[in-house]
Amino acid sequence: MGGLLRICTAGSVDDGKSTLIGRLLYDSRGVYEDQLQSVRAASRNRTAGPIDFSLFTDGLRAEREQGITIDVAYRYFATARRKFILADTPGHEQYTRNMATGASTADVAILLVDARQGIRDQTRRHARIARLLGISTFVLAVNKMDLLDFDESVFAAITADAPESLDGARVQSIPLSALHGDNVITPSDRTPWYEGPPLLPFLEEADAPGFASASPFRFPVQLVIRPDAGFRGYAGQIVSGTISLGDPVTAWPSGTTTRIARIVTWDGDLPRATAPMSVTLVLADDVDVSRGDTLSAGPLHVGRRFAADVVWMDERPLQRGRPYLLKHGTRTVTAWSDDGLSLNQIGRLRVNTGRPIVFEPYALNRSTGSFILIDPASNFTAGAGMIAQPLTDAEREIGGDVAERLARAARAAGTHTAAVEAVRAVLEEVLT
Amino acid sequence: MSPTLLTPPTAAAVSAPVLGHLRVLEAESIHIMREVAAEFARPVMLYSIGKDSSVLLRLAQKAFHPGPIPFPLLHIDTTYKFREMIEFRDRQAAAVGATLIVHTNTEAIAAGTQPYAVGTQRCCALLKTKALLDALQDGGFDAAFGGARRDEERARAKERVFSLRDPRGQWDPKRQRPELWRLLNGRIAPGESVRVFPLSNWTELDVWHYIEAERIPLVPLYFARERDVLVRGDSLIVPEQSFVPLLPGERTERVMCRMRSLGCSPCSGAIRSGATTVRAIIDELVAVRHSERQLRLIDHDQDGSMEMKKREGYF
Ligand SMILES: Nc1nc2c(ncn2[C@@H]2O[C@H](COP(=O)(O)OP(=O)(O)O)[C@@H](O)[C@H]2O)c(=O)[nH]1
Repeated sequence: MGGLLRICTAGSVDDGKSTLIGRLLYDSRGVYEDQLQSVRAASRNRTAGPIDFSLFTDGLRAEREQGITIDVAYRYFATARRKFILADTPGHEQYTRNMATGASTADVAILLVDARQGIRDQTRRHARIARLLGISTFVLAVNKMDLLDFDESVFAAITADAPESLDGARVQSIPLSALHGDNVITPSDRTPWYEGPPLLPFLEEADAPGFASASPFRFPVQLVIRPDAGFRGYAGQIVSGTISLGDPVTAWPSGTTTRIARIVTWDGDLPRATAPMSVTLVLADDVDVSRGDTLSAGPLHVGRRFAADVVWMDERPLQRGRPYLLKHGTRTVTAWSDDGLSLNQIGRLRVNTGRPIVFEPYALNRSTGSFILIDPASNFTAGAGMIAQPLTDAEREIGGDVAERLARAARAAGTHTAAVEAVRAVLEEVLT
Repeated sequence: MSPTLLTPPTAAAVSAPVLGHLRVLEAESIHIMREVAAEFARPVMLYSIGKDSSVLLRLAQKAFHPGPIPFPLLHIDTTYKFREMIEFRDRQAAAVGATLIVHTNTEAIAAGTQPYAVGTQRCCALLKTKALLDALQDGGFDAAFGGARRDEERARAKERVFSLRDPRGQWDPKRQRPELWRLLNGRIAPGESVRVFPLSNWTELDVWHYIEAERIPLVPLYFARERDVLVRGDSLIVPEQSFVPLLPGERTERVMCRMRSLGCSPCSGAIRSGATTVRAIIDELVAVRHSERQLRLIDHDQDGSMEMKKREGYF
């Protein structure tokens, strides 16, 4: 396959995730010699014994002292065939938030299961989050098989019990011993009944649909590049699809159609460019395009009301009606929700934006369908959203002029409390 | 490591089903730089003259082409950098047409600060961390690009692309914001700033492969030649500064060596090596597998010391 594969891992505490990742890094030479030495030293300080692979993946001092991990950590390794970026997400505290973070960019999720415990509620929850975030390739890593004498029937039972949320996804079940290395890099002779690939070879072959170069062209404009009066180019990253010189493109939200006149890069002009390249596009006609706009092949939805699945990541709950900042692609607008959520909850919300955004359902496009919600008081990234569909609920629909009024009222307020009050007042007036 | 990873962005490569991973990393880094240019009032790029900075500089040229790089470069000069580094710095800044700001903690230098007088920790705290924080404050910079990579050290594995800093430039691992998809949150309160790490997802090998593919110029110190050094255990010290004391009976020896990472001459050890080209360095790296910070003496003071420096405001 080649290229880059992004993986996320999920499991409950003690399933052996750190050990498994440590072994992948160690065996594929993602661990440096001096890390090895300091891990050996740290292991000595605690208990005597063999190398503790899990220490390679434990980052921060406080966590090391408590012997746990509490945040997403990124790990890198490569084989001769492919480079891997692995988001290691902890299985307990804050796991919804961390799992969503890790899964948002991942092509493949590894769900770790302790063979003695089987699939647990938490495994099912992890699987649901990963599915929601758009992952369609899974490894069910059935670990600690050594403790069950590599019993085929245990493995078969766990495989048969795979979470229903994985229906429709590609699922590879693998019997493992992370501690002893069985089926991690090479096939184990202790599982003669297993005919599938070991973990690493599976990852080397797995599809990486992350940038979907086959799907339609989408290009959120980041910057207008204008070094002089003679050049006006739109800089951005192609989030999906392919574009060639002369292709028609539409600028959104205006809906104006023009053609690609040049695809400019520092390395010279290109005849053709594909996701996920960062390029600068020159358009044939003088259309009005600025940061936050999107260039696309074919139609996109322009609207200010939609249903979305939102993961809430802030201790401060999402309050209905309270204005937030919504960043979608390269555009940031004011937004509010008709529904509430609290920390680590996931819910289908009705979201309204002050100005229109240009979107697609997340199921069609991970870039044009995703957004974050920022708390305007703390600036924390409080929510992560995946657009399900546009809403045109006639009864509750808020006219464009009202949305403008809401946005104006929120902007005019000096503090966020004042903004909440102002928006609430406008909404009450409109809805009663 | 397979050379198929080095596919240049030609028409032929574009029609291939999979973009080589270096091109994916490049595109991601450029995206990050452009977001910063769009969302921050006063960005700056920390330019440390090393290989990672050289890659950053090339990415910045690419990100804003055909326009100029829309932010200045900032070099924190401890005055103990290798002479070749300073020459290279001035040449490079001129070649890419970037504004270069050089900042030194002149007070500390006047007070005689050097590693043998005050110890490496205090020397770094004054000449690097304090100098950096002062320079960022003086310039009113709200975003500072750095070349740090998550693969460098365990404490960095959890670092965000946008690393939020309080008004004293300090990092609180508990306050870091989740980063999903490629949606970067650039909102900050007055006085706060972000450190931005466009190379977060690159490894040391990626950096070298990219340097090779792009023919990026580097300080000659990275390449092996015979140098007069003090041999101290595993580290080879180039005695450029007169305050580096000679141990009893110690003399410089002529050794074929090169630097794996560039810092201040008294604290950066060279390694024995015959690698005179980027390709030879890559081969050596694959074979040797020593983490590049090993020969910088500063990180070995205590377990977890990089994390402490990060909390204090050093990268
Ligand atoms: N017997 C056996 N023990 C394992 C295996 N994998 C992990 N362990 C042990 O299970 C415990 C928890 O492992 P760790 O990797 O820290 O789990 P994490 O909490 O999921 O990261 C440790 O004592 C490991 O040595 C395995 O395949 N077989």
